[in-house]
Amino acid sequence: MWEYLSSLAGELPYILQGSLTTLLVVFFALGLGLIFGLPLALGQIYGPLALNRLVRIYVWFFRGTPILVLLYLFYFGLFIALNLDVSAFASSCIVLGLTSAAYQSQIFRGALESLPHGQLKAARALGMSDTEGIRHIILPQALRLSIPGWSNEYSILLKDSALVHVLGVPELMARSHYVASRTTWHFTYYILAGILYLIITVLGLRLLRSLETKTRLPGYAALSHE
Amino acid sequence: MSKTQETVLCLEGIRKDLGGRRILDQVSLSLCKGELKVLIGPSGAGKSTLLQCANCLVRPDQGEIFLDGVRLDQRSGLELRLFRQHVGMIFQDFNLFDHLTALGNVSIALEKVRGVSKAAARERGQAELARVGLGNLASLYPAELSGGQKQRVAIARALAMDPRVILLDEPTSALDPELVGEVLAVIRDLADGGMTMLMATHQMDFARALASEILFMENGRIIEQGAPETLLHPAAGTRTLDFCTRLSMELEGRKTDTQ
Repeated sequence: MWEYLSSLAGELPYILQGSLTTLLVVFFALGLGLIFGLPLALGQIYGPLALNRLVRIYVWFFRGTPILVLLYLFYFGLFIALNLDVSAFASSCIVLGLTSAAYQSQIFRGALESLPHGQLKAARALGMSDTEGIRHIILPQALRLSIPGWSNEYSILLKDSALVHVLGVPELMARSHYVASRTTWHFTYYILAGILYLIITVLGLRLLRSLETKTRLPGYAALSHE
Repeated sequence: MSKTQETVLCLEGIRKDLGGRRILDQVSLSLCKGELKVLIGPSGAGKSTLLQCANCLVRPDQGEIFLDGVRLDQRSGLELRLFRQHVGMIFQDFNLFDHLTALGNVSIALEKVRGVSKAAARERGQAELARVGLGNLASLYPAELSGGQKQRVAIARALAMDPRVILLDEPTSALDPELVGEVLAVIRDLADGGMTMLMATHQMDFARALASEILFMENGRIIEQGAPETLLHPAAGTRTLDFCTRLSMELEGRKTDTQ
């Protein structure tokens, strides 16, 4: 028993460091997904037909291909073929980010399309250009509506990030796997990994929930239970 | 009342087809300074489309628009945006910006379109809210306002841009009956103050009392136009009179139904 506990105590910092790497991958991937996903959604809705088609092809591709396939495809295939020296960590962020952009674009599209048409019309009637109307009137409302869907995307992406251990990124899953094999205490260390994923999920969701509450517009609060 | 014959807004030969149907067919009208013209007619007559064509929210297939005698180049985005700054629009369902307070709604265009400083825009916004009787509700969001208050905020939002003319698309049709009066009172004040307005409405008493001219539309055309006392004279025998009689009969009918 003592041996067991001291092993756990000894390995914990190593695994926690892996959790930090997991957090970093998720942070960059979500960020990349946001930076690409929002313009994709705007392009699909407000852009010309050709752009709408392109966005749909992009979404079709990234939603239709397993992340594992994309990880191998980009890291061992694309980046080598292009003669680019991209680290496993960066490749993971890029693949997860591009995939997330596809999903996020559809979250934003749903929010944008749920706004009444009259909003942009009223903005135009005041002399705003479409760009100004989208920036000052449409986006502030659509982004609020996107937070619940975005919370989903966060928790899904966090768990998908476990896949990047196949490229040797030293994140939570990879380190748990390594320690479990070395100590042969598989049960213990995979449960620990599961608990750590759960903690990160819950903390992140709580953060997003408070963002949702904080940005909620007065007059709508009665619709939802606190 | 001394009336100069200075034309503010002029539409010439406006035509619009939508989905294979002719919604507007060679519609022309002009508004002199200080005039209030009222558009009436059955639903589907094209009143709403006409008002939206008047500031190119819906682009006419044919026809010209003049503001203060200057022809609008409908294909120039820049000209359109400048034009719309001078032409206020009031919608049936308000279209307030839901994420902004009443004051934010009134001041945002000054700030973002006119480039007025935030402080000055808010000061002006506050003054316009006071003008429509809502000075004390500036910090409330649209979801916290009644329909009548929302429409008054929408009017203040249009006024803040110093419009040459205001287009009103059935401003009281989405309101509960007891809230109609407060909005009409604001519009009446504007008319008394010499604002040039084109308004689609079913409020016949209001039109009769305040309109300098009634335009009766049917099937995308203005088929009758003239002063209320002429068109609505009991012996006039006009389509306008016929329509208004039926309208008030229906209203009476609805009242007896609910009693």
